[in-house]
Amino acid sequence: MKKLSFLNGLNDGIPIALGYLSVAFTFGITAVSMGIPPITAILISLTNVTSAGQVAGIGIIAAHGGLAEMAAAQLIINLRYALMSLSLSQKLNKEYTLFHRITTAFCITDEVFAVASGQSGELPPRYIYGLELLPFLFWSGGTAIGAFLGAVLPEMIKSALGIAIYGMFLAIIIPPAKKSKGVLFTVLFAAALSCCLANFSAISSGISIIICTIIAAALGALLFPREKEAASNE
Amino acid sequence: MSDSAYLFASVAVMALVTYFIRMLPIAAFRKKIKNKFVLDFLYYVPYAVLAAMTVPAVFYSSNGLLSAAAGFIVAVVLSLFERGLLLTAVAACAGVFAVELVQTLIGG
Repeated sequence: MKKLSFLNGLNDGIPIALGYLSVAFTFGITAVSMGIPPITAILISLTNVTSAGQVAGIGIIAAHGGLAEMAAAQLIINLRYALMSLSLSQKLNKEYTLFHRITTAFCITDEVFAVASGQSGELPPRYIYGLELLPFLFWSGGTAIGAFLGAVLPEMIKSALGIAIYGMFLAIIIPPAKKSKGVLFTVLFAAALSCCLANFSAISSGISIIICTIIAAALGALLFPREKEAASNE
Repeated sequence: MSDSAYLFASVAVMALVTYFIRMLPIAAFRKKIKNKFVLDFLYYVPYAVLAAMTVPAVFYSSNGLLSAAAGFIVAVVLSLFERGLLLTAVAACAGVFAVELVQTLIGG
């Protein structure tokens, strides 16, 4: 079996990095259009490296939400990383000391997890460092470009670009919803509940996302439990 | 709290919570989750999050409800045909832009 090198990791990270560039670019524009300073938007991408959590985060900041609300929203939205991190912990080789675990944990994203868990055999730290490097740089760099361009672009272009991140979200959730009744149910239920909650001004966007996520995902798991096979291949 | 202190505190909370969610399991746990409901719940979480974040916020993402609705419809159609993240996002933007351009031209 071939040993995975740092360069193997870099190479596998290229497609992820290119995908992140455009998502991060639209995140930067979205953040600035919500009134977040460009430097803050870049700082968020440098320290968080996650799309959904960051978009929810800037929504909460723009609405001057509380820090407890922020912490709860991030916890729920990013909870899936705990499962990925847990799953990856079973695949690490002997070189993977506690130090490497706490450094590489910083950049475990959906795509990094998907590529890493698709490798056969155990993973050395150097491969994960390589895999995470380019996506991290492109995520931060793309945010910077979007944030600074967003500040100088004409109003009509900015207005048009504001929908980009939601377009991407739809492209992520709709194809699996065609194939899985459980995903379809979860998506439609969460969207419907989110619309209902938006009518109550007392419920902020961060709280609404938490409520919708917990109820929709729990109902999905109860009403549409997955086959044992699918669950064990996660 | 001043604006910059609030910004800094918010970003710090975001970063710390997100980091600890990722770090604690990989640093501390060695056992696999066995509970079927928890596994299924976590599987559905990303879809619920993204759907709740997209609707109804997508309809307020541009300068007008009509243009945003047009962009939303374009994005849903391209997603149904699985045209990929980038093309779907760009096409949604183009949909918004086209509607706003027409509205501007006819003075609406």
